[in-house]
Amino acid sequence: MPENKRINLSKTDTPMPVADPKDRINTFDEVEIGYTDALAKQEALRCLDCKHKPCVSGCPVGIDIPSFIKCIVNDDIDKANDILSKSSALPAVCGRVCPQEKQCQAKCVRGKNGDPVAIGKLERYAADNCTDKKIQIPKNNGCKIAVIGSGPSGITCARELAIMGYKVTIYEALHSPGGVMTYGIPEFRLPRDILDKEIHNLSELGVSIQTNVVIGKTFSIDELMSKMEYKAVYISTGAGTPKFMEIPGETLPGVYSANEFLTRINLMHAYSSKYDTPIMQPKRTVVIGGGNVAMDAARCAVRLNSDVTVVYRRSEEDMPARKEEILHAKEEGVKFQFLSQPIRIHDKNGKISCVECNKMKYTTSTASSVKKLSKAGDETFFIETDCVIIAIGSCVNSIIKENSTGVDFDASGKIIANAETMQTSKPGVYAGGDAVTGSATVILAMEAGKKAAMNIHKDLMEKGEVFV
Amino acid sequence: MFKILSKISLNSRTSRMTLSAPSIANSAKAGQFVVIRVDSFGERIPLTIADYNKNEGTIDIIYQKVGFTTSKLDMKSKGEYISDVVGPLGKPSQLMGYKNAIIVAGGTGCAIVFPQAKQLHENNCTVSTICGFQRKEFIILEKEICDISDFTRIVTDDGSNGNKGLVTDALLSRLEDKTQQYDLVITVGPLPMMKAVCAITKNFSIKTIVSMNPIMIDGTGMCGGCRVSVNGKTKFACVDGPDFDGHKINFDEIILKDKNYSYLYPNKREKNCKLLRGCSE
Repeated sequence: MPENKRINLSKTDTPMPVADPKDRINTFDEVEIGYTDALAKQEALRCLDCKHKPCVSGCPVGIDIPSFIKCIVNDDIDKANDILSKSSALPAVCGRVCPQEKQCQAKCVRGKNGDPVAIGKLERYAADNCTDKKIQIPKNNGCKIAVIGSGPSGITCARELAIMGYKVTIYEALHSPGGVMTYGIPEFRLPRDILDKEIHNLSELGVSIQTNVVIGKTFSIDELMSKMEYKAVYISTGAGTPKFMEIPGETLPGVYSANEFLTRINLMHAYSSKYDTPIMQPKRTVVIGGGNVAMDAARCAVRLNSDVTVVYRRSEEDMPARKEEILHAKEEGVKFQFLSQPIRIHDKNGKISCVECNKMKYTTSTASSVKKLSKAGDETFFIETDCVIIAIGSCVNSIIKENSTGVDFDASGKIIANAETMQTSKPGVYAGGDAVTGSATVILAMEAGKKAAMNIHKDLMEKGEVFV
Repeated sequence: MFKILSKISLNSRTSRMTLSAPSIANSAKAGQFVVIRVDSFGERIPLTIADYNKNEGTIDIIYQKVGFTTSKLDMKSKGEYISDVVGPLGKPSQLMGYKNAIIVAGGTGCAIVFPQAKQLHENNCTVSTICGFQRKEFIILEKEICDISDFTRIVTDDGSNGNKGLVTDALLSRLEDKTQQYDLVITVGPLPMMKAVCAITKNFSIKTIVSMNPIMIDGTGMCGGCRVSVNGKTKFACVDGPDFDGHKINFDEIILKDKNYSYLYPNKREKNCKLLRGCSE
């Protein structure tokens, strides 16, 4: 078989060219430069095009992965992107920020003996290198839908509904759309022009994005559905409220939530002298947490010329952050202090001096697979610093909860929605993404947006509001 | 884009703007605020809705030129536009059921407290207002406040209006007059003033509301920059406030944070700002 001969049998995947750490810590430009045509093809040839396509089952939005990879082998990048776009509203984004190693790539047959195919890097390559297509504007069916929040879930839901002919309006609280992709993920990981292109495509489809509108404050959900005549509402407001540790010293000046620190830098470009946004310029920074947000905050602080230490209460192998992000942070000089639990932030005359931590250890528990932590001795240790960034997670914003009637929430403040239909307790109101699950990933939020769009359409057809 | 329909100078450093913002005006209530961004390079700052008119679709903001962004805002004239205005944010003030209230305000705090005083007046509550300013020339909203107050006392630090004194002394003499029974004090102004007012009213066991206006970005509970300790618990001024029980709030923490603003944000912009140099203190 001539085709088989072409398969790249290398056990290791094709590395992505990256900017030199020495150079990249001075800019907010993208760190991963992207595959060249030759590198993409080399990696695409590692795909075995398995009949049973295990990778597809690992993808929350069910992208036909072997087919798009085959298109790259055949130099048909536009077709590869078409296949991606069929299932994903944001392939260029997902190629960059999806945890592929836990999803599609975790199921890849090549991963049983070597590295899995670098599906994410190929997705990004196809999305970045396709030619811009004229978007066909769908015929309007006259039915209005409101989407609350312009993050990945809201964008996906709006796009799906717009393609079906609905007149969709997205309401965004901030001055710029994109949700966590705009305020949270730094530009060196997700360049703004990539996101702007996706949002532009949405406008081309006829979706209207109204910024500076807080639903629950500017308008209520009831107003949207009565006075403003929206036939359905999709709540995709995310999980944007930062958690704090409730330890002494946390209200000192110089203690930031990761959200505030990242928002100042990403949404409001504090690093650029063109913008008015002020930001602290700490000599030393301690970032508390071990997730992707902690890595983003640490790497942003590095770019503000700070000496950065990440403090995480568990060990490196238990960090929820992507391996790639941890590696990049290390390359950029970020130091790590594992098995350490901050208990107090100390100050001298109101300025932060150090973070006091307990040393932690794992207590082997045979009964449970969850590794439990406990204090390793009574001695504490101190890390000198000027600034502390708290990145221990976030919870669901309470504005919708406190200003809406009929929508049920669970004890932790998450919206209760049917896992299959995304329907909430209030007729005509659907919800999905982090607002329902708590903070998760871009791709899971997109999956929920897609499901919601399908069910909104189905329900409105059943009610006789729209006809196909 | 939000059009500036009028701009009036209240004194050399304070101005009042009327903005066209129909959706915000329609939902606004006393005690709420907006977050504005002057232009696409601007930072986001919170400003109290000083007044609103649902029929005209307008809101009023009153600001003092204290920093870079308020000075930049003041460069805008009638007919021009502000890039972003979002709101109404924060919980509306709870002002029902009071019979006899004292309002204690300092400086620009008068603009923040005015809608609350007006609302109390409309709820048939007796309103006594005590306002303090540095000098006579900085007095704002005198007529408006007198119109809705049953008693008004305006004091200045230097006595240039003929009434030298501190708001706290004026408050104390009011409270010591046992012919009156007060059931509410609202205080807005510089942090040390609010702290002192709360210490006094605590002795008299009168419910006291303070309105907090710390630095914040989004105003929707997303940044946590505006967190304050209330009864030992972390609260966000933007979504849990801006009104809090003055006897439960930890002022020392907020005062410390406020003092360190220039340490936190050592951008050269304030120092180099030509607009600010023109602004008298």
